[in-house]
This record gives sequence, structure tokens and C-alpha cells, in this order.
Amino acid sequence: MDFRFKGPFQDPGPSFYDWLSSHRPEALPGVRKDTEEGGSDRPLSAMVLHGTTVLALKYRDGVIIAGDRMATEGYQVSARRIEKVYKVDEHSAIAIAGAAGPCIELARLFQTELEHYEKLEGAELSTDGKANKLAQMVKGNLPMAFQGLVVIPIFVGYDLKRNEGRIFKYDITGGRYEETDYFSTGSGGKDARTTMKKLYQSEMAENDAVRTALVALYDAAEEDIGTGGPDLVRGIYPTVKTVTVKGVIDTDERQIRQIYEQLIETRKRGA
Amino acid sequence: MAFPYYVSPEQMMQDKAEYAKKGIAKGRSIIAMEYQDGILMVADNPSTSLNKISEIYDNIAFLGAGRYSEFENLRKAGIRHADLKGYMYSREDVTAKSLANAYSQALGTAFSQEVKPLEVEIAVVAVGEGGQSGEIYRISFDGSITDERGFTVIGGRSEAITLFLKDRYKVGVPLSDTLKLCTEAMESTTGQRLAVQSLEVAVLDRNRQGRKFRRLTTDEVTELIHPR
Repeated sequence: MDFRFKGPFQDPGPSFYDWLSSHRPEALPGVRKDTEEGGSDRPLSAMVLHGTTVLALKYRDGVIIAGDRMATEGYQVSARRIEKVYKVDEHSAIAIAGAAGPCIELARLFQTELEHYEKLEGAELSTDGKANKLAQMVKGNLPMAFQGLVVIPIFVGYDLKRNEGRIFKYDITGGRYEETDYFSTGSGGKDARTTMKKLYQSEMAENDAVRTALVALYDAAEEDIGTGGPDLVRGIYPTVKTVTVKGVIDTDERQIRQIYEQLIETRKRGA
Repeated sequence: MAFPYYVSPEQMMQDKAEYAKKGIAKGRSIIAMEYQDGILMVADNPSTSLNKISEIYDNIAFLGAGRYSEFENLRKAGIRHADLKGYMYSREDVTAKSLANAYSQALGTAFSQEVKPLEVEIAVVAVGEGGQSGEIYRISFDGSITDERGFTVIGGRSEAITLFLKDRYKVGVPLSDTLKLCTEAMESTTGQRLAVQSLEVAVLDRNRQGRKFRRLTTDEVTELIHPR
């Protein structure tokens, strides 16, 4: 344990990520230099889990964030129950598309980062502060992105100062862009966006917004082989979370199932 | 050539200890006490932003008495220690015992190697889950560590307060009565009424989900001490 005073303004600061980068770089998400030139001819990107649709949309009370549950490895399904949407703190959540390993690690690191800051400083970071910190972390992943291990998050938060939900999207270089209504990314992101474009209305009620998110995911699963639809046999449904002033709350699975059953009935009838 | 004066090691340690004790006794006291649903922490602290009680991890809290700049550094180091461990292994592997040991090592080394000892007394407390009792560790300026049962008092007139609480502490008391007992104990040594505004109060509540630490607002404290 190192606690000694190191001179004016030499304190490592409130960021866990920065501290880890300088003190324990081997613990950061990523592949170490010596493993970069591996013996295999297959590119790294072909050996890791890929394929996703994750989305976020605003509604009356805040934001909805959702994602499918399937992970693929090439043309194979490698996991059916993987979690791509994470609560990061009381009022924010993150959904990640890309290589599963680094994605999960990034989500965990980001959770630790926000909690660490809050404990050291005695106050939560602002929503903008959180979004910017995540941008730096995504940028830190750039060397891995060049090897095909892309990590693209969507960050949503309920901004207690502005009293509104907010959506941020990112590119692989750490570029951070705020979305005003809805966004979706991953291999089926474009399909989900098309559906949301048709169904989205501002100030929707919660049930309508959840329905829109689920329909968008269903359409993405139909068009994109990397996205999993509702698995009625095993009872696996997409993850949906609402982020409002009340916090981050998981939408009841019964509600999700009901919406899907209705949707499938309607589609069977050809409506 | 200048020749250093000889000072016997005993004398040196004694001087250092005396210096540290004097610094710590100047401050005000902090009490951590088990109650029905967890652990209550009360500090006589007029400042609302310079805290003496702080969250470390899910079920672990830190109390610091003495020189603020010094225990603040210890507090931050503790949070880094806990967060790193939780990130590298798992949340449930972060324990108060390991943290208290790390503090004890750090303070012990500082006491024997630095010219100026740290003028701090700290406590690490953890709320027990699933019927387990809590853990309370008190660590002194020289790194000596004690495992306390039920309650601990650090800083200021800690011995007098401990004496006051010894016969009055009971197991399984509700929060309001525990808080009243703590303030009474503090008042008994100063002979003055404590203003609610100058109390820093927090709990580790085992009934909470995830992070158990919570600060109580002045209104909540007033309500607990003088219920309407």
C-alpha cells in the first residue's frame, strides 16, 4: 500500500483507469505485445466472439437501453445467454458491441472507474464527465481495434442536472457523439435503426418504447445472422433496462415475453 | 566532521509515540458501533465536506482521526487497494481483514522509518452478512492493530468514551437508540451538548443491496435523536 505524499499535485488522481495504466498496465484490457505476433495464420478477429445488436432510445421518463443475447464465432453460435447491457452506476448503463472478451472487460473497468471516482471525490461524475471518460477508454483500445478486436459502446445516462435521459455513441478512435432520439450499433445495428426510424415518436410511454426496442431487435435478428432473436424454446429474451430518475431498472421478463408473443402472432397473420 | 548525537532507539520510539499521541488527542472522537442492522459510525465533525467517515467498498468503511491530510491519503490508498482487488479477482474477495493488515503494515513502516510519525488513528469496519457479526479493526499510528468487539472509539478522548460505553453497550439495539448512546458518550467527555449539525453520521446497512454504505442527512439524524 503506497500512501506517501509525493509532492504538490503528484497524487495519482481520482481515475482508476489512469492509475491502472501507470501502476498495473498488465491488468488493462488488451493483448500484450508478446502475444501480438501469434503463431496462427487466422486473424485474431476470426477467433473471438462477434456479432451483436444493441440499441438505446429516449422516451418520456428517460432512456431505454437494450441488446440481444447471442454471441457468434464465425458461423457458429458460441453463447446464447451472453449479457451485453450493463448497469454501470445508479443512473447510467452501457451496451457494447464487438469482440466479447474485451467488451466485457471494458464494461467491468468502466463500472470500477465510476465507483472509484465517486468514492475518492465524494461526488458522482457528471453525465458528460462519464461519457468523456469512456471515450478515453475506447481510445485506449485502438491498438486492439487494428487487430480486429473492436469495442464499440453505447452509453446512456439520466442527467440529474438537466432532468433528461441522454445517449452517447462512439467510434473506434474514441470519438464521442451525442444522439438526440435513438441509436443502434453492432452487426444488426442498421436494421434496428431502420425499424426505430419508422416507429419512434418523441415522449413515448414506457410500454410503447419497450415495444419499439423489442421490435427493432426482432427485425435486426431476422436480417442479421450475428444477432439473436427471442429464443422461445429456451426462454431467452433480449435484455432491456430503463434508465430514469429512479435508477437503472431491468424490464420484467414477463413483459418482454408478452410483447414478443403478440408480435409473433401479428406477423403470422401477415399484418 | 559533524558527529551525530547518540539517541537510544527506545528514546527515539518513545518520543515519536508521544508526538503522535499528542497530535491525535487534540482532535475529536469518532465512534463505530454495531446495531441491529449493521454498523453505525458517528463523528463529531463540524465540516460537512471534509469527511472523517468514508466508504471503501461494498461492505467496508473507513474512519480516520487526527491529521486530515494524513488520513485522507490513507483513505485514498485503501480505496485503490480495494478497487484493484475487486477488479482483479471478484467483489466478494475484498475483505476488511486484508485491508486492515495492509494499513497496519503501512503505518508500522512509516512509524519506524520516517522522522515524523503519522498523527493518525484509523479504523476499518465491515458489516457481516448472513448472520455473521461485523468486523471492527482499530489501527494506531505505530501500526499496532486490534480486533474490537461491538464498538470502537478513535481520536480525541477515546479512552474516556470507551470507559463510558463499556457497560452501556448492548447487542441488537435499534439505530435510534445506538445513535443516542453514541452522542451521549461524546457529550459525557466534553460536558457540552452536541449540535446535530456538527455530527457526521453514516451506516453500513446489511439490508441494502450492493453497496451498504450510506450517509445520513442532518434531517434524518434529527429525526432519529428527537423523534416527533
